[in-house]
Amino acid sequence: MSDLKELYQEVIMDHNRRPRNFRALDGASCSLEGFNPLCGDRITLDLKVEDDTITDVGFQGSGCAISKASASLMTESIKGKKVAEAEEIFESFHDMLTKDDKSNVDEDKLGDLAVFSGVAQFPTRIKCAILAWHTLHGALKGQKEAISTE
Amino acid sequence: MTTTKPAARQKAKGQVTFDVFRTREDFPILKQEVRGKPLVYLDNAATSQKPQSVIDALVQYYTAQNSNVHRGVHYLSEIATEEYEGARSKVKRFLNAAQDREIIFVRGTTEGINLVAHSYGRKNIGAGDEIIISAMEHHSNIVPWQMLCEEKGARLRTIPINDDGELILEEYERLLSPKTKLVSIVHISNSLGTINPVKKIIDMAHSYGVPVLVDGAQAVPHTAVDVQELDCDFYAFSGHKLFGPTGIGILYGKAELLEAMPPFQGGGDMIKAVTFEKTIYNDLPYKFEAGTPNIAGAIGLGVAIDYILGIGLDHIADYEHGLLEYGTEQLSAIDGLRLIGTAKEKASILSFYMDLIHPHDLGTILDAEGIAIRTGHHCTQPVMERFCIPATARASLAFYNTKEEIDYLVKGINKAIEVFK
Repeated sequence: MSDLKELYQEVIMDHNRRPRNFRALDGASCSLEGFNPLCGDRITLDLKVEDDTITDVGFQGSGCAISKASASLMTESIKGKKVAEAEEIFESFHDMLTKDDKSNVDEDKLGDLAVFSGVAQFPTRIKCAILAWHTLHGALKGQKEAISTE
Repeated sequence: MTTTKPAARQKAKGQVTFDVFRTREDFPILKQEVRGKPLVYLDNAATSQKPQSVIDALVQYYTAQNSNVHRGVHYLSEIATEEYEGARSKVKRFLNAAQDREIIFVRGTTEGINLVAHSYGRKNIGAGDEIIISAMEHHSNIVPWQMLCEEKGARLRTIPINDDGELILEEYERLLSPKTKLVSIVHISNSLGTINPVKKIIDMAHSYGVPVLVDGAQAVPHTAVDVQELDCDFYAFSGHKLFGPTGIGILYGKAELLEAMPPFQGGGDMIKAVTFEKTIYNDLPYKFEAGTPNIAGAIGLGVAIDYILGIGLDHIADYEHGLLEYGTEQLSAIDGLRLIGTAKEKASILSFYMDLIHPHDLGTILDAEGIAIRTGHHCTQPVMERFCIPATARASLAFYNTKEEIDYLVKGINKAIEVFK
């Protein structure tokens, strides 16, 4: 049960109930869909990138608490950041969830995103937490084809 | 799970029905704890647990009987062949097929359907022809037909379902036409629990001279099947959902249809004579069993069938009906919970959706309580679309489940509601 509390932390539940930046973006410079066919999580991510900086971001979709909160917290974390910086946060986030060796996890960079560290204990839920980030990564690379976690 | 052992229930006739707590003793896996809690296994539609007798049969085969079938002149090969063919006869009796050679060993339901699509389908279905399936099919009874239709320029038609998850037979009647070349229909839906009126569906197809394949993966663990009474042309099921091993399944086909069909795969055991100029195929059922089969799996399936028949499918159906009624009542009483699949004729499958909690979150929280359910689309994405939901949580019950376990499930759901409040 303690693991469960670790997973469903108050911050995550709050972002699940009231996701931030939950809207379509007018004048987005890139958009991408991502889905997790295994559990039906779906996300559409819109980004406005100007001078290599993510000036605005919005997402829509449906999914479990973990995937929704992860997308919501991601939008807060990357807004105003340089593209390269956002990619670095993604790497740190990815390592936090998937690597035994956490030496490359930069907690300062992660900030609030550290609330997802408990997801690592739930292998079947890692994909939920990481879906939004894969979608971001694809969108920044200019990928047009929807991202799938399978 | 529970230590008290209730007296066996008495039927009006005075006949003793089966004792669930004694039955549970036959399944070693049910005695274990997971995550520090007694295991509550409610994912039987995905795969069922195995009784000790099936496990013992596998061990016995590999310990004392292992040999290849149909070719050795030696003692062990004779024993293995006898056991393997004995299992075929058990399946024949289980389905009430007319002959042993109508029973083909395959890997599972999926392979059975693919066999028919490749062999019967490619020979008999052409451009402009139509295949009818339904809106509640498992992906394994959709994709093989889509592939065939794409290859041949044929068209896939689907019988729609109503809000309770029942087939709309008037629509089926409208779909049937001289263009129809095959109907392939699920007997019991894995995501909705609906028991389809397959006898009627078959009769309607036959009035157009159209053969029918029945996907029986979810049906055989819950109900007695008589392929001659149904008059179905093909019937497929998987061993592992019937308390047998994985990797073994059955395709039943009427002998005259199977005789006329080309082989599915080429290789050893499916031939009579091979030269580089020409190969003469073997007789049924071997024509469709290329390569060394899953001998242990077939033997294990035979023992699983012995086990089921020992309990009696009538007892199983009766008991599970009681569980289903209890579960339906208990789950319906939970605020914000919507049952998906409320057909009048239903097997013990409880699919549901909650406004507040995504099925995946619910699955994780229940797992922490030792409760195994399935969450997701259950390989029936069109069903999810039909009900405008991304996924469901599904508790699928077997005869070894108890009302106490349903109470645990309800408690777990209430716990999840607390977390998500």
